[in-house]
Parts: sequence; C-alpha cells; structure tokens
Amino acid sequence: MAILGSMVRKESLQIWRDKRTLLIVLVMPLVLMLLFGFAISMEVNNVRVAAVVPQHSDQTRNALMRLQVNPYFTFEGLMPVGDIDKVLRSGRADAVVLLDDRGGTLRQQIIADGSNTATAKSVTAYVEGALAESGRNMPVTLRTLYNPQLKSSYNFVPGILGMIFILICAIMTSVSIVGEKERGTMDLLLVSPVRPLTVIIGKLVPYFLLSCILLALMLTLSYTVLGIPFGNIFNIILVSLVYIVLALAVGLLISTMVRTQLAALIASAMIFMIPVIMLSGMIFPIDNMPDILQWLSCVVPARWYISAMRCLMIQQQALSGVWLEMTVLVGMTLVILVLAVRKFYLSTK
Amino acid sequence: MSAVVQVTGLSKSYGDVHALRDVSLSVEQGELFGLIGPDGAGKTSLYKILTTLMQPDSGKATVLGLNTVRDYRAIRSRIGYMPERFSLYQDMTVRENLEFFAALFGVTVRQNYDLIAPIFAQLERFPNRRAGALSGGMKQKLALSCALIHKPEILFLDEPTTGVDAVSRSEFWEMLNGLRRQGITMMVSTSYMDEAQLCDRIALIGNGRILRTDTPERLVAGLDEQLWNACADNMYGLLEAIRKLPHVAECYTFGATLHVVAEDGFDPEAAKRQLEAGGLKNVEIYPAQGDIEDLFIKLARNE
Repeated sequence: MAILGSMVRKESLQIWRDKRTLLIVLVMPLVLMLLFGFAISMEVNNVRVAAVVPQHSDQTRNALMRLQVNPYFTFEGLMPVGDIDKVLRSGRADAVVLLDDRGGTLRQQIIADGSNTATAKSVTAYVEGALAESGRNMPVTLRTLYNPQLKSSYNFVPGILGMIFILICAIMTSVSIVGEKERGTMDLLLVSPVRPLTVIIGKLVPYFLLSCILLALMLTLSYTVLGIPFGNIFNIILVSLVYIVLALAVGLLISTMVRTQLAALIASAMIFMIPVIMLSGMIFPIDNMPDILQWLSCVVPARWYISAMRCLMIQQQALSGVWLEMTVLVGMTLVILVLAVRKFYLSTK
Repeated sequence: MSAVVQVTGLSKSYGDVHALRDVSLSVEQGELFGLIGPDGAGKTSLYKILTTLMQPDSGKATVLGLNTVRDYRAIRSRIGYMPERFSLYQDMTVRENLEFFAALFGVTVRQNYDLIAPIFAQLERFPNRRAGALSGGMKQKLALSCALIHKPEILFLDEPTTGVDAVSRSEFWEMLNGLRRQGITMMVSTSYMDEAQLCDRIALIGNGRILRTDTPERLVAGLDEQLWNACADNMYGLLEAIRKLPHVAECYTFGATLHVVAEDGFDPEAAKRQLEAGGLKNVEIYPAQGDIEDLFIKLARNE
C-alpha cells in the first residue's frame, strides 16, 4: 500500500511538472465545450429578413409586424423588387419576403440565399413558420420535447464528454506508460519487488483522478454556462466514471501494443479519435448511416456513452432507461481491462 | 555453493536472431565480474534474463541460488540493476528519484545511506536539481545510488560507462572497487576493452557465445610472443604491404600503430628490409604488449 502510494505520488508529480500538457488537458475541453456550445451551432439565430411590399394593406402590415417582433429575425426594412438580387448577393439579408395583397388574397413568397443549404433550410422554415401564424389554416401543431428550442449544445455536450475522456485517458496513459518503456524506467519498476498489478494501478489512479477533475469542470460548465439540464447528477457521474475506467483500460491496452510514445499517440488518435467523431453519433446521426457503419458503430465505446448521456441529461431518464448502454459499457470495460492487464503481464515476461 | 550467478546452456533468440547461444558462466561471491563484448554481442539479453525481465528459450540460470524463472519474485528484492542509458525519471529531482526507488523496495534513504554516501556525496549539493539537467557523470552516479539504495547482494551493471567522459569513467571504477571491498558481488558489462583489466574475472562474449572466461592476466598471457608493433610514414601503405609478407597471420590498426600477428619464422629485421625496399620510409617494427582487444581479434579470426 505504501508502495502504491509512492507510485501514485510520483506519477502525479510528473503530471504536475509537465505544465504544458496539463494546461492543454484542462483548458482544451473547456474551449471545445464553449466553441460547440456557442460559436459552432447548427441552429440559426439572427436571421436577417428584408421585405418587398408593392402595396400595403392590413394583412401585409400584420405579416411585417410578425417578422419585426420575432426574436429570431432582424428586420432589414422594405425595398423595391429590383433590389432583391442585390441585397442577397451582398449578404445584407438571408431572405427576402414578398408580400402581395393585390387582388384581395395575400400571396407570400420567400426568396432565400441558398449558398449555405443548411442555413437556407432553417431560414425558410423559420420564415414560413412566422408567416403561417398569421394564416387562417394552421393544421399542424409542432412541439419538440426535451429540447424545445432545438439548441445544438444539448446535442454536443454529451458528444464532447465522450470524445474528451477517450482523448485524455487513452492518450495520456498510453503515452506515459510507453514513455517509461522507452526510457527504461519500466524495467526498473519491474525488477523491483513491486507487483506488476501495483505498477498498473499506480499508473492509472492519477489519470483517473485527473479525469474526475475534468468531469467536474465540464459538468459545471455545461450546467452553468450552457444551461444543459441534468436529470439525476449521480447517474450521470456513475456512467461517466465507468466510461473513464473504460478509456483508461483502452490506454493501457494501447501501451502494451506499441513501442514508442509517438506510436502510442498515433494509435490512440487514429483508432479512437476518428471513430469517436464519425461513428459515435456525436455529429452524424447513427440512424442515417448505412447498415455496415451502424454495426461498426456498436464497437465504438463513445457511441454508448453519448447515447446514455443524452438519455440522462436531455431526456432526464432514470438509470433504468439506459440499462442497455450501461451493460455494454460495463461489459466493454471488463473485457478490455482483462485483456490489457493480461497483455501487460505477458509483456513483463 | 559460492557461485552467486550460475548460468548453464542458456539460449535466447528473437525470431531468426540468436542473441544468446548455449551460454554458460558463473560469478563467485564478492567478485567483480566483467562481461566484455562489442555492441550486439548479447550482453543486454543476458542481463535481462538474469534480472528476471525475460525468460530464456532453453537452459537455466540461477541468481543467489534461485531460479530466474521460477523464483523471480524472491530474486527481485535482492538484486540491484542499472540498465543501459541510466534509466531515471528525468523530470524528477535528484532527491525524488532516490526516495522513489527506496520506496519501491520498502526501505528509506536513511537506512542504507552509508552504502551510497561515497557515491552520492557529489550529488548532495544539489538535491533539488532535475535528473534531466545533470551531466552524464552525475546521472551515472545517481543511477548507481538508486540501484544500491536497497542494499542488494549482487549488482548488475549494463554498460554503466557508455557515454560518460574519461574522468567520470575512472571515478566510476573507483566506486565499484569501493563496493567490492564492502562485499557486494558485481557483474559489469562494457564494450571498452581497457576496462576489462579492472575486473577480477572476465567473460568475452561475441555473437551470443561466451568465447573465454578467465582473469584478465591469464587471458592475455601468451599473446605477446608473436605480437609486434609496426609503424611507418605511410601507414595505409604499410598495412597493405605487411599483409602480403610471408609468416604474417594478421595485421590490423591498433591505436597509432599496427599490430602484426606473426607465425613461426617471422623475422622483424628481414621484414623491415623488405618493406623499405618496397618504397616505405622510416619503418619500425618492435615487440608489442597484447591486451584484451588483441585476444578478441584473435578469437574472432578463429571463429
């Protein structure tokens, strides 16, 4: 126990001494969260709309008012028909609404800037919605549960959590263990009477603690700044801890398979980063993928974690609602941990 | 049973590469034993087996009477190991390194400080310097202190003087002598042939085989009889010319001169005349003192 203590102390000291890495590890996730939470959002705020009204009437005035008071729009004013193309080209407006009341019935036309399809789609939908409210026929009532404003930060926060832990835990542990192999200090640890299991635990505990600090930081940030709802915080922490242990085991496994720190870095990044981003459902919905990729995504731990986090955070489900994800995560953790420890033992022989 | 290390018929290969072939040797209690051989001879492989880091393919090795495969746990607390390239934690200070290695063996620095005091004395002045910022010689002393801190019965040193300046090298051998006086058995590997003379007994290793094992004096005895120094203005021309002379088994550069290994019937005076007739100026041929390096070349030739 005393030996384990000094192993943990030594490793923590080394993490603490490497200020640059520590800074990256602590700051990068926060920056990522803020970036995804605010700057990089898929939702369209602040749609600039201009209007063309050949002849005013109560109906057109009504419609214009609706555009002006809607918080999602910035009303850019009225303009003559001939200027529509110029205004869209110069980027002064995202869409132009043509309101024509001549002949008794209001005819509406939306002309949108389609140079960015994603924005164009949302813009037309918004404008359509805003104008339709004025209408006489409104057969569909649309309600989006759990995330009524369709905030994209709700979508990204679980994804970022899933990515960060694989990054930090897998890369840092594997690089640190392989570093000891490279410098030859691993031989000294193994020649000492310390059991290999103690060496492993001594290596993993500091990174586990670091991940816990990170988890606390990220959860605080998502709750306070991004306003993500939490269901039961203990469930979120529980699932996250399982996932952290899984990521640590992955790092340990990588360290037993490569010889150099650079290889460890590349292996962690290539094998885990890219699938996490592409196949975990963080950005691209899994349901839209071809069958083969859907199957492939099942072996990506982050897929299950992100899915569980969405259920727990956004839908505020109880732990029983994520039993499948939880079972898969615990199962993966056990398998990888056993595999990694066995491989580590074999490599010491 | 006074043999501290007993190796019999040890073989190890990595794929097609035979690192060790049928190696046998023994190290006696209190001995300073040298393992001399060029890079890639199999020294580090032998160390890894003796320190229980690796298992042999065949053969048997015992350290302190314990089998390196079966009783590896018991061996580990009783040996000290200093691997190549002074494995230390570069980002930790001198004191932190020493205390960490003491803790690994469940001892405190204070307990065994007497043993390392002569070695550690120079490092004491800057206990808070990072190991990575130490000079080569200082790193070597710290690594040795770390390997000794648990008072091992036998110390395995793998190329401890590689990459260290000449002054630190001789200082280091002084320290090993001090440890020998305290009764610690040591096994030192080196590729510097001149260090071989400082050991009690040495084993010459090449291509994974033990070529000879004996005291340095006995190994070089008898080498001198047929060994001559040769020099001239044009050394390369001389080398070419001597190799063509009769009764010359071998000729190779040795420091600033050439060493000529002669066969029976070699006459230095006649050889000198013949060489000068061939156009070489200031030819000198005189008896040479053979050392381990000459023996090595001789053994390599016989292979």
